[in-house]
Formats: sequence, C-alpha cells, structure tokens
Amino acid sequence: MSAAIIRPVTGTRLGENMNVSDAFDTMDYGPAPEDARVAQDWLRARKVFGHYIGGKFTKPGSTFASKNPATGKLLAKISQAGTRDVNAAVKAARLAQKDWAKDAKARARVLYALARLVQKHARLFAVLETLDNGKPIRESRDIDIPLVARHFYYHAGMAQLMDDELPGHTALGVCGQIIPWNFPLLMLAWKVAPAFAMGNTVVLKPAEYTSLTALLFADLSHEAGVPPGVLNIVTGDGKTGSLIVDHKDVDKIAFTGSTEVGRIIRRATAGTGKSLTLELGGKSPYIVFDDADLDSAIEGLVDAIWFNQGQVCCAGSRLLLHESIATDFTRRLKARMDKLRVGDPLDKCIDVGAVVDPKQLKDISQKVAASGGDVYRADCEMPSKGCYYPPTLITGLSTADPLMQDEVFGPVLVSTTFRTPAEAVELANNTRYGLAATVWTENVNLALDIAPKLAAGVVWVNATNLFDAAAGFGGVRESGFGREGGWEGLRAYTRRVEKCTKLTPVKPVPAPKAALVEDMDRTAKLFVGGKQARPDGGYSKAIWSPAGKLLGQVGLANRKDVRNAVEAMNAVKSWARTTGHLRAQILYYLGENLAARADEFAGRLNAMQGKRTGAKEVDAAIDRLFTWAAWADKFDGRAKGVPIRGVAFAMPEPVGKIIAFAPDDAPLLGLISVIGPAVAMGNRVTVVASDPYPLAATDFYQVLETSDVPGGVVNILTGSHQDLAAPVAGHMDVDAVWSFSSRALSHTIETEAAGNLKRTWVNHGVQTGDWFDARAEAFLDAATEAKTIWIPYGE
Amino acid sequence: MGKTASNVTKENLPQVQTPRNAGLPLDMDLVRSLAANTSAIERRAASLPGRRSVKKVHQAAWLARAITMIDLTTLSGDDTDGRVRRLCAKARQPVRADLLNTLGLSHLTVGAVCVYHDMIEPALRALEGTNIPVAAVSTGFPAGLSPFKLRVAEIRESVAAGAQEIDIVISRRHVLTGNWQALYDEMRSFREACGDAHVKAILATGELGTLRNVARASWVCMMAGADFIKTSTGKEPVNATLPVSLVMLRAIRGYHDLTGFRVGYKPAGGISKAKDAMTYLTLVKDELGKRWLQNDMFRFGASSLLGDIERQLEHYVSGHYSAGYRHAIG
Repeated sequence: MSAAIIRPVTGTRLGENMNVSDAFDTMDYGPAPEDARVAQDWLRARKVFGHYIGGKFTKPGSTFASKNPATGKLLAKISQAGTRDVNAAVKAARLAQKDWAKDAKARARVLYALARLVQKHARLFAVLETLDNGKPIRESRDIDIPLVARHFYYHAGMAQLMDDELPGHTALGVCGQIIPWNFPLLMLAWKVAPAFAMGNTVVLKPAEYTSLTALLFADLSHEAGVPPGVLNIVTGDGKTGSLIVDHKDVDKIAFTGSTEVGRIIRRATAGTGKSLTLELGGKSPYIVFDDADLDSAIEGLVDAIWFNQGQVCCAGSRLLLHESIATDFTRRLKARMDKLRVGDPLDKCIDVGAVVDPKQLKDISQKVAASGGDVYRADCEMPSKGCYYPPTLITGLSTADPLMQDEVFGPVLVSTTFRTPAEAVELANNTRYGLAATVWTENVNLALDIAPKLAAGVVWVNATNLFDAAAGFGGVRESGFGREGGWEGLRAYTRRVEKCTKLTPVKPVPAPKAALVEDMDRTAKLFVGGKQARPDGGYSKAIWSPAGKLLGQVGLANRKDVRNAVEAMNAVKSWARTTGHLRAQILYYLGENLAARADEFAGRLNAMQGKRTGAKEVDAAIDRLFTWAAWADKFDGRAKGVPIRGVAFAMPEPVGKIIAFAPDDAPLLGLISVIGPAVAMGNRVTVVASDPYPLAATDFYQVLETSDVPGGVVNILTGSHQDLAAPVAGHMDVDAVWSFSSRALSHTIETEAAGNLKRTWVNHGVQTGDWFDARAEAFLDAATEAKTIWIPYGE
Repeated sequence: MGKTASNVTKENLPQVQTPRNAGLPLDMDLVRSLAANTSAIERRAASLPGRRSVKKVHQAAWLARAITMIDLTTLSGDDTDGRVRRLCAKARQPVRADLLNTLGLSHLTVGAVCVYHDMIEPALRALEGTNIPVAAVSTGFPAGLSPFKLRVAEIRESVAAGAQEIDIVISRRHVLTGNWQALYDEMRSFREACGDAHVKAILATGELGTLRNVARASWVCMMAGADFIKTSTGKEPVNATLPVSLVMLRAIRGYHDLTGFRVGYKPAGGISKAKDAMTYLTLVKDELGKRWLQNDMFRFGASSLLGDIERQLEHYVSGHYSAGYRHAIG
C-alpha cells in the first residue's frame, strides 16, 4: 500500500487503551461483547428459584448452584424437586389436561402467542442461554432461539389442523419430559410445542446445569395465556428425573439425553404402559467423497463438530475421508481449525465457547488423553480461565478405538479413510448409534444411493446440522426411537381413539383323557430361512382339538431357533430394497394361494378352536393380504416445506428385522395381520405363532413356500410365548419386537429391549381394536422408520 | 502495510512486497476437478456476518483500512477532466482532515483511482506528488468484444500513458463454452502486454452462470499470471456478492498453497455500505489471513462506499450519527 500513515498523537474518544492507529496495524478483531445487563437484572431480581407448578412459582426448597461455565460465577440458585414437588406438578398437569384438550383452535392461539413471546424476548432468552450454557451468543441468537420460535409457530399450525387432519385422535394425557443441557430452550420447545398442540399437559425437567431459560419461559408463559397447570417446570438432577419417570399418573415419558440414561428409563417404564420416546446419543459419520467441494465440506465440519463445542447429539464426530483426498483434506482442515476463535461465549466474534461444566471438561480431557491416535489441537488462542477445550482432530485411530465408537460430546473429531462407496457405508454403519449422517459429494447419483443405506434417522447431503420444525429428527439403533418435528413427530403425543379390551390368556386345549388319533402323522416344523427346520431343542407339544382329537405336534422353539431365525433374516438384507410393486405382487400371490386352500384352513381353525368361524377368518385373512399388497407401493414419503432452497424428504424406511408374537386368538388372521404390514413395508419378520393354536401358522408356511416369498423374509416359530419373550427381546441384532400375545409379556419385552434399545410395540394386556380391522395407521407406523434426508440444491 | 514514500517509483509499488504471480502452465486436470457447492457456499456467506463482529476502536481502524483499499472509480461516458480532478482530490483526502487527525491517520489515502484510458492523463496530473496509482480499465471494457489485437494494444497504450494497474475483462464466451485454453492464452497475452503494470482480471462473475465457472475462471486466470482477480465491471446485472467472493478467495488460497504466489482480490460493484465492507474484510481475514488485508492484495471497486465510511468514522469520533452533506463528495 502506498499511503503514508502518521502515528496518532491523541487517543480516541472512549479512552480505550488501544488506539485506532495500532488497531489499524494489527487488524485484529478485538472484543465484541454482547451486553448482558437485562439478563443479569432478571437474575438479580430473583436469585433463588422455586418450581413452576400450576401457574405459579413455588417457594424455593433445598437448592443447588447454577453457574456460568465461562466464568465459574454463580448465576442463581435452583431448587431440587423432591417427591412432593413432582407429585404436585403431576397433579396440576392432570387437573388441567381435560379442559386443555377440549379446544384445539384455542391451543393454536396459545402456541402462536408463545412463538411471538419468544421472538419478543429473543435477545433476553439468547443472552440467558449463553450465560447458563456457555454456547456462543451467535448460536443462541441466530440458531437456538429462532428455531424455538419456529417450533411454536409450526405447532400452532398443527393444533389448528388437528381436528381436520387427525380426526379420531386424542392427547396422551400428562407428559413427563426430561431434557438435556446442550440446547436447553430448544429442547424445551421440541418437547412442549407438539405436546401442547395435541392437547397434552407437561411436567418438564430441564437439565440441572441449564434450568434458567426454562424458568424464564415459565415466567413469561402466562403472558401467552397458557392456563395454569398446562406447563409445569420442576428443576433438579437425575433423582428428580426418576421421580417423573416412576410417577404412576404420567402417561408418557419423552427423554433427550445419553444412551445410558435412556436405557435406564426404558427399563424403568417397562410394562407400565407409559409411552416412551428417546432421543439419545450418536457418533455420526461425516463422509467426504473425492469429488466433493472440499472447502465447503471443511466449513461444514465447523458446523458439525465445533458447533456448540461439539456437545451435540447429532454432531458429525466421525470423519470418513476418501483415501485419495485424505492428506490434502486433513492439511486444509487443520489450517481451518487454527482460525477458529475460542473464548468468551458472550463475544459476538467467537466460534467456540465454553464447555457446559468442569465435569464435562474433565470427561472430554480424559477421553482424549486415553486415545492412541495422533492428536491435533487447533493452534488458536485459548482463554486462561473457564471451561474451554480446544478444537481437536484425532487421526490414525483404528475402528476399534473407543474414540471411534463412543460419544465424546466435546469438540473432538476423529477421522479415518475409506476406498469405495461400499466401504464408506460399511464404516459409517459400524456403530451402535444411528442418529445422523452427513455425505459430501457433487455426484447426485452417489448421494442418493448412499443416503438410504446409512443407518441414521437424519441424513444431510452437502450440509450438516440443518434443523426445522417441519422435518422429523430422531434416531435408529441405540440413538433412540420416536421423531420430533413434522407430522411424524405428532405420533409421540397423540393416539387414535380405539376400543380397548382386557386380554385374558388363551389357554391351550388340554390333552383329553382318551386321545383320538386318526389321521396320518403330519410333522409341523419351524419355518426358518425358507426351509422347514426341526426345533433345536428337540422338544414338541401336542395340539388337541376341543373334541379330544390330536391335530398335530408343533416344535418348541428355543433361543437358538430365535438366533437361527435372525441369521435367516440377515441373509435377505436385500429385501429392504426391493420395490413396493414386487412386494405387492408377492402379497397378492399369498392371498391367491391362501384362497385356493381356504376350506382346508377354515377346517383347521374350526378344529383347533372348536368354533365355526374358520371360513370368516380365512376370508378376512385373504382380504388382509390384499390390503397390505395395496399398501406396499402406497405408503409415500413426504417432501417437507423446510425454509431452505432444497428439499427435506421424509422417507419411510423398513424398521429392519422384526420379531412378533402373534395374537393367540385369530390364529390365522392375527398371523397375517402381522406378516402383511411387515412384509409390505420391506421388513423381514419372524412370527411366533399363536401359543395355543399354532397349526394355522405351520400350515401357512406351505403357502409361503409356494408364493415366491424369498427365504428368510418370513420365518415362523412355534412354542411358548412366555419362554421366548426374553431371548427374543434381548437379541442384539433384532430391530423391533411386537407382542399381541394374550400372555403377560410386555414387561419382559420392554425390559430386555433396553439392551440395544430396539423398538417395542406391546399390548400391556390390552387388545386394541379387533383383528377384523386392519389398523393400517398403527401397523404402518410400527413397520417403518421415518428417515429425513436433507438435500439442499443450487448450482 | 506500505512503507512511507514520497515518490512513486517501481520499488514501492505493490510488487516489492510479495513475489509477483508468475503463473503456471494450464493444468486442465486441476481445472476440471474444481467443485463449488452453491448451497454450502451460500450458507457460509449468509452466516458470516453473524459470526464476526468488529466493534469500537477496531471497527474504526478496519474502516480506515478499508479506505486504503478503495479503487476510487469513475467509469462513465460523461467523465471529464474536471470530474476526474474532483475524484482525485477525494482520493488524496478521502476523509475530512479533522477526523483523520483525531483518528491519528492523517495521511490516509485511497488505494488507487480507476478510470478509462482517456482519463489516465488528467488523473496522473491530479495525483502528482502522491503515490496513489492510476488504474485503467481496458481490453474493450466492459464487454471485451472488440478485436483482440486492439484489446492488447489498448493495454499497451494505457501502460504507456502511465497507468500502473490495468483492469482487463476476460472473454466470458470462453468460460461459457468451456474453452479454457483460449481463456488462458488471452489472459497470458494481456499479462504480457501489461509489462510491469499490475493486471487485474475481471471475470464478470454475474455473467458466468455458475459458481463452478467462477472457480474455474479464477484458476485459469491465475495460472495465466493475473496479479488480481476481480469480480465484475460494475456493469453486469449482478456484481460482487459474498458467495462469489468466497469461491474466488478459496481459489486464491488454493493457488497460494500450490504455488506460493499470492494473488490479490478485488470485489467490485454493489458494495456501498461500511457494514458490507466490514463483512468482506472478515471474509478475507478468515479465508486468506491478514496478509491479504493490505492494499497490494485487496481492493474494493467502489464509488459510493467511501461516503458511508466517512459517516461511520465521524460517528466513531463524535459519538453521534453523521449526515452525508458533512463530507465532501468525490
């Protein structure tokens, strides 16, 4: 440059210790602090918080400190809720629920007012969030709080449309909601907005590190006309959480947090009939192909793993690089890391703020210290005090390294390489988690091929960490179940009104005093992998007609037969990618072949049950197969109206491998009602036949054998429901367990399912609807998992 | 930053500070492999102003720095000697003397004055005694569709007339038809015709159709020896934008990584607010680093930006919002 610069002789008007001329030379950013006075005044006016119950703040009880992680300074004292507080909150919620559920359009107005309220107090919420959590003000201001408002707006619309679009649906009742500390107000919005929209009342517990914005929200909620008791906020640690989980008068638990705690909650609620949604941890892959825009992919990583200090359940924390670009990419990535600014979260020019708590900082440090890889820490200035951890990249880890498998929940990225798209998918899916995945490629064929193959609830193509109220969010595998956002998110807060009848165990026909054995012996076997198989244990039981006639013997399957059935299902993985048209053809063919043997099946049903309803049941079963054949190519996804230039597809994907306990009554229709939706939606299924009347199922495998059903897609086991429930639900390679058995299996199944957090659909001893009704909505939901695929576009 | 100098000599022109880009043979493998993901680039550009904030003393300093980077420009059919003299006077004294004195930056000037060929002579006269270079737009600006021989001759004429910087326009048709060799050869010829004068290659990004084309054209022009790459003539329907800038800055970074040569960047057209200038500077600082925040590596092609910066600087000095008429027009 050619201008002559004379050194200054005067200081500046503000008497700052640096003058303009010096700053002119350094071109440093300098401090840009957000003014926190309004938030601090709000805190100072309160200092100690009680709970928000029945529209009022309670007197503070025993308290704990809420601190600013950036400075360690006390922000406020928060009350620890005990049994009495939780009881009071649930009671208030119960009292308010009935009236609240009456008028959906009135709720729409309240939700709209809440959205406006959040916007009107946007900066106060943002500053308070940053003070409490340590996230950069840029994020709380530009991401968290706008998404909160958006969530309330969107669900105001859902309340408005509920009567028209969800006829016959009702609220679940009182919802216990337990949220994490990484997005305190946003997670509150994700829980409260859909619950309110559908007419539920809530008892919500914010995380003990970050209760303040929830309390501010409660404080302001009456301005939006939220009736007393509809919103209840109780504060405290995990003990308070378990009081909510265990409370008998709570209808639903929604939890976002660690997989470890999710498992505890799954076990705690097992068999209680509480509905449950879990949004848990992740170790999400971030895949970069060699044709990607590498600079943009690197910038994406900033938003993937250094967003919110990496304390994000869906953080792209496992970088998978095409081997040919790995060296170049890593070099560029390190250079980008060095430019990140770490520091005071209230500074408007900061990229990475403070980790939420000293405990979390210690945890991250220990995990990294234990790693065997090459650790690169960003060469950026670090604050001398406060909870800060530098942006970190670890290369050279084997897939077995704990850091490749376990969630760090900090600004720590691990990376490895792949050679082919198939290997990228294999590495990406080599995890117990399945929350999100990111794919970078300029090749639309590759992107659209890879996205459905990734085990994840959300896939971002050439982008990362995009969120919107219209797009479902949630995981598969041990990342939990249930969706938040979109129409699919409403399923977590509403149910269809259906007739429910209590089930009594259907007893098998006892052996007669004088046995009548007249037909030629026909040996019913298990049906596994398309073949008839003898039971592993070598035990059988006799099936008698009420008239004392021996109808046949069936094998008693044991855990090894379950194992074999799962292996058989594994062998036909490709079934998930067959076309809906092909699946429809096969289901129609099953119907046709069953019709050809209608009389034989009707006779069998009559003989087993001693009734004359066999023909009617067979007819309904044929009809049921036609219904599911019809659905096979018609359960469409949706293109979501997300506010970007691009599309977010909600794709119904098969859940995977389902094991179902068939209903004991309706031995054929029940069996078909389970097989139909599972097969139609591309699942592989193993059905444990009606416990007392299994022969319709074993006859049916001959129909399967003649109807082009690929081996392993449908497997049939016979035996004791009671004995098989635990090994089935405990099997780590099963994705879902359904039970329509009249036996009391629900508690066992839900408890054992906690192991791999498989999806469960059990009846809690109640028959919903009747088997002559297809209950398509319920079965479609259970047979599919919504995957949201975000595809921004533009050239 | 530049050294204090009283005379314009070759030694204190920008090229002394960093080796001049010697170019590379055209590498088509590299050009073909370039990717620019539009939506990701737009997201980065959209979120940048929210990620960076420069306040108070630093903001004043950055705005002052921005002034040193301005190519104060007049490119109108009705330009006259008198019009150019007035512009040059503004170039010498871009901000009221009392404000600059208070800021301790009393000898601040703009980066260059940018005119058409016929205005080089009056501009040089008006800038005598300063070391503010005169830049001339050339090669059949703005469309670049005059005979090739004449375009090259125009450069030589302007250099002979005393222009130290030449802003050339590329043939957009070479980009749009994928004729990268033709673009490379053209740029090589222009660079050669410039001699010691620095050449800024105007890509006219608003006419290139895609960001991928912007990336390719940036690389080809750098390989062919451009000292600067510049977005626009100011005459296209869309001029400098942040997404385009991000693509061009990343190309410059890539080229520097590959060759060690630093190529300069000049966004032009549509940057009229101090806040926009700040955003551009943060983009450059974050993508390329501080070395590019000097006016041998970065320029704003702008005519109305200076007026807004003046008002902001008075606000900084006085604590009160300023009015346009309190500052001399250029």
